[in-house]
Parts: sequence; C-alpha cells; structure tokens
Amino acid sequence: MRVALVTLRNLTKSFSRDSQPIVVFDGLNLEFAEGSFTALMGPSGSGKSTLLNLIAGLDRPTAGTVTVGDADVSGMSLGALAAWRARHVGFVFQSYNLLPVLTAFQNVELPLLLTRLTRQERTEHVQTALGVVGLSDRAAHFPRQLSGGQEQRVAIARAIVSDPTIILLDEPTGQLDAKSAAEVLALLQRLNREFKKTIVMVTHDPHAAAAAGTTLHLDKGVLTA
Amino acid sequence: MKFFPLVWANLMRHKRRTFLTTASVTLALFLFASLRSVITTLEAGAQVGSESRMIVQSAKAIVFFLPMSYRERLAAVPGVQAVTWADWFGGVYQDPKNFFASFAAEPESYLDMYKSDFTLPDDQRAAFIKERTACIVGQHLLDKFGWRLGQDVTLKGTIFQGDWTFTVRGVYHATNKAFSEDALMFHYDMLYERYPRFVEPGWYVIQLKDPSLASQVAAAVDSMFKNSSDPTKTGTERAFNASFATMWGNVSFLMNSIGMAVVFAILLVAANSMMLSARERISEVGVLKTVGFQDRLLFALVMAEAGMIALGGAVVGLGVAKVLYPVVGFTAMGFLPGFDVTPGTLALGVGIAVLLALASGLVPAVSAARLSAVQALRHLE
Repeated sequence: MRVALVTLRNLTKSFSRDSQPIVVFDGLNLEFAEGSFTALMGPSGSGKSTLLNLIAGLDRPTAGTVTVGDADVSGMSLGALAAWRARHVGFVFQSYNLLPVLTAFQNVELPLLLTRLTRQERTEHVQTALGVVGLSDRAAHFPRQLSGGQEQRVAIARAIVSDPTIILLDEPTGQLDAKSAAEVLALLQRLNREFKKTIVMVTHDPHAAAAAGTTLHLDKGVLTA
Repeated sequence: MKFFPLVWANLMRHKRRTFLTTASVTLALFLFASLRSVITTLEAGAQVGSESRMIVQSAKAIVFFLPMSYRERLAAVPGVQAVTWADWFGGVYQDPKNFFASFAAEPESYLDMYKSDFTLPDDQRAAFIKERTACIVGQHLLDKFGWRLGQDVTLKGTIFQGDWTFTVRGVYHATNKAFSEDALMFHYDMLYERYPRFVEPGWYVIQLKDPSLASQVAAAVDSMFKNSSDPTKTGTERAFNASFATMWGNVSFLMNSIGMAVVFAILLVAANSMMLSARERISEVGVLKTVGFQDRLLFALVMAEAGMIALGGAVVGLGVAKVLYPVVGFTAMGFLPGFDVTPGTLALGVGIAVLLALASGLVPAVSAARLSAVQALRHLE
C-alpha cells in the first residue's frame, strides 16, 4: 500500500461565465499515491485541466483542500505558492511552451534560476536533465530548430530539472506524431519507474493512457471509473 | 545577474524594435542635453563678467550711441580708474552664414582693460595698435577660416555697409573659458573715419579702482547724464551679461519646452513599445509563473528591460553630446563660448532616463505581475 502524495478533500470549484455559475467540482475526493503514474481522461470540459491547475496551485479551490505531501496548497499565499511550485512541481503543457528566445539549455535552466545553486551546479543539473531526455547534443538549439517531439522532451527536462515532487502533464502528446508520442511516453514511464517520480497526466489519447499505471475518468467533475 | 540572459534575450526578440526604441531615447536625450546646454552656457556667461568693470550704455536702448564727449567726463568720476569704448560691427565673412562677433574698439585701452581675460603676444599687440587697418582674432576663429597672421580679411558690413578689409596682426587665446575665441576686433578709428557723422561709442567700459564702489559710481554716472539728451544706464559687467541672458529668457523657456516635449513624445514611443512587447508575451508570463517565478520577480524583469532601453539610450545620447561638442569646438559662431554639457545636465538627463524607464515599464510590469497564471495560460489557447 503506497502513501498518498496528493490528497483532494471535498474539493469544490466553481466560477461564473457571463453571470452564469459553472460548477466544475462539487465535493470531489481523490488521492494520488507517491510514485504512481496516473492518466486522467474525460471529455472536454470535464475538469481535467482544472484539476491539474488546482494540484499545481495555479488555481484555488472554491472550497475543500488540496494537499501535496505536507503542503496545504489551498491555504498558501500567492508568493508562497510560487516558491513551493518552483521546488515541488514540474509542469508540462500540450504546446510545449518553451520560450522561443532561449536555447534548450536556457529553457531547462529557468526553474534553477530561482534556486541558490551556483552557475556550475546549474549547468550540471541542466546537462543531467537533457541527458535523461536524450537531448544533450541539442542544448544550444533554439526551439524553432527542434522538432515537436524534441521540444516536448526539452519541456519535460525543464519539468524534472529541479527534481520536483510531482510531475503534472496536460496532454503532453496532443500535438505529436505517433513516433514522437511513443518516445515521450517511454520517457515518462522511465521517469516513473527508474526515478520514482509521481506523475499525473491529462490525456484524450487511450494509447497515452495505456502507458500510465492507473487511468481515471472524469465526466462533469465526477470520477466515473 | 543570473537573470540577465533572460532580459537580454527578450530585448533581442525584436532587434529592430529595440534598436529603434533605444535610438529614439538616444536622440531625445541628445537633444535635451544640447538644448539644456544652450541655457547653461548662457547662464555661465552671465556669471563670468568682472565685478570691477562697469558697462555704460544708453538708457534708451543698447542700439543707441553715446557721445564721445562722455569719455572725459566718465574718467573724471571718483572711483573710476580707466575708460574704454567699443561698437558692435556685425560683419560677415564671404557668406551671410559666416557670421561671428566683430566689433570696433579703442585698441590700447581696450586691451589693457581685458588683459586678464586673454593673452596676446607683445609683438602682435604692438603691431595691432600701430596699424590702423589691423585686427586681432581669436584662435578658434583663425582656425575655423584657415586664416594666418598678416593675411588681409574682408568682411561685409551688415550695419555699416560696404566691404571692410583688415590685416590680421594678432591672435589671442582666451584665458577665461567664457571669453569667446570666435571674435574679431579692429580699430574704432577705422569705423569712425568712414562714418564720421554717424559713429560714436556704442558702450563704454569703466575699470573701477575698487569693486565696492560699483553702486556709487553707477549712481554718479547715471545722475550726471540724467537730464541730457543721451541718458545712461550703468551696471557691472556681470549684470550687463546677465541682462543678455535675461533677454534670452523666452528662448530658454522655449528650449526647455521643446526639450520636454521631445522627451514626452519619446516616452509615449517607449511605453507603446514596452506594452506591445509585454502583450506579445502574456502566455510566456503564464509559463514563468507555472515554473515558479514570483510576481515581484516578473515585475523586476519587465522593469529591467525598460531600464536597459532607457538607460542605454541615455548613456549613448548624453555621452555623444558630452564628447561631440568639445571635439568639434562648437560655440554657435562665438555666441556660446565654452559650450559644454555640464555634469548637472548629465545628471538631469540620467534622471529623465530613470523616469522614462519607470513610466514606460510600470504598466506592462504591473500587468505581468498581476496576471494570474491560469489567465495567462488561457491566452495561449
């Protein structure tokens, strides 16, 4: 029995659009075990991405609590959340979101700029992360000089470079061809199995979900399986 | 310092835009420094006149002559040590654009009166005094037109019509920074001989025995001629110079206004550029926030970009102004001797650049800091 790393208790999230209240979650309870690799599936608007944002502290619940490890994410100030995120969360987006003006190396280095590491230490960490994703030889390349799959691997390197507690991915294979998607998924499996990283991945793709150890289905904010 | 590559990379994102914005700041501060230096040079000129010399001019206006008979009467006023006089000539050399200060003076007494303000070799002084058609010129003027000692120089009179040919017999060097080296002086007698029924002294210069007698002497002189047909207005040379600066008062106001208008226009350009740049990067702000960048850090990074543009432009603009004018020897045809960008103007320019950075960077910096990560990332979709 593995210990829960992420715990959502009575989670409620609602917002208003055009003066109409929209309830995304209404008392959701959910746990993600430490070292697990979970895929979150569901139709558009089911609350998958909102759930990732709440776990990462990018968004706040209307009610209920979000706990990651010992941290009560839902109770932190914005400044404390940012600092916590820098240390504990690696986030990967569907559209990679690398900064186009920075090289692969500089993109991966970004989270480390928020630490007290020396330049030499930062360089070592970045080289290690790029080595893990198999892009050591592309460190000096800008995003426009990389393929989509390579860009996403750089984004994963950025997510793991600070050795975060949890890695959150929002449709990481959504814009990739089958071969690149398979490479990224193999990389995620390796991070989970070899480096014991806790991973939560939102996806529409059943093939991607199959790479995860657990698959959860969300529909209108409710777990269906 | 570790964030410098990020700031620099963002500045280099649109090289042309950054260059043009920086260039506009450079130009604005160059113009500001130049216009401001006109004012400071005029003000400095007003401060350098001697307290022990007094100027006696017509109370009606400086363009009116004073009778030659005043010379003896001025010399007899208690407290007066020496008297000399001069007339503004206002000639041009070859072309109307070659206009510079030229005046007729009584050579010996005038040179004695101003011996502390410039140096003139004794042999050249003697040659100038001896020869009625001789003139002396400042070193800068001599260099400017490529003249040499012994050369005949013909000026075209703008007030006193006709061609006037002088032989350069002396070249003086100013020992006082505000004493112009762009001037030509010739014999008063030469002017008088051609216009005997018209020419009289334009102003007298009095050397006081003691500067503390200034107000006493001024009062005595002005009361002596009070009821004559040519009343006088007497003041210290410093006050006389200051009155010229006062005449420039409206020009100073105009130059300040133009300078500020230029800076304000550039502020709008820089602010627009910064806002455009920030708007293009909203999604990147979201990414940085997701990575863990705090609001105040993002605020600082945007302000650093604005600061680099404004201060970079200021360093170049102010630096060029500081170096350029002394190198080319700019004096506005001798009317602004010692023209230079003062440390005060440089400090003011840097202050304006800081304000420019704050004003142009504040809105995008606050926007970047206040934007929530989710909002910013939604901009991406």
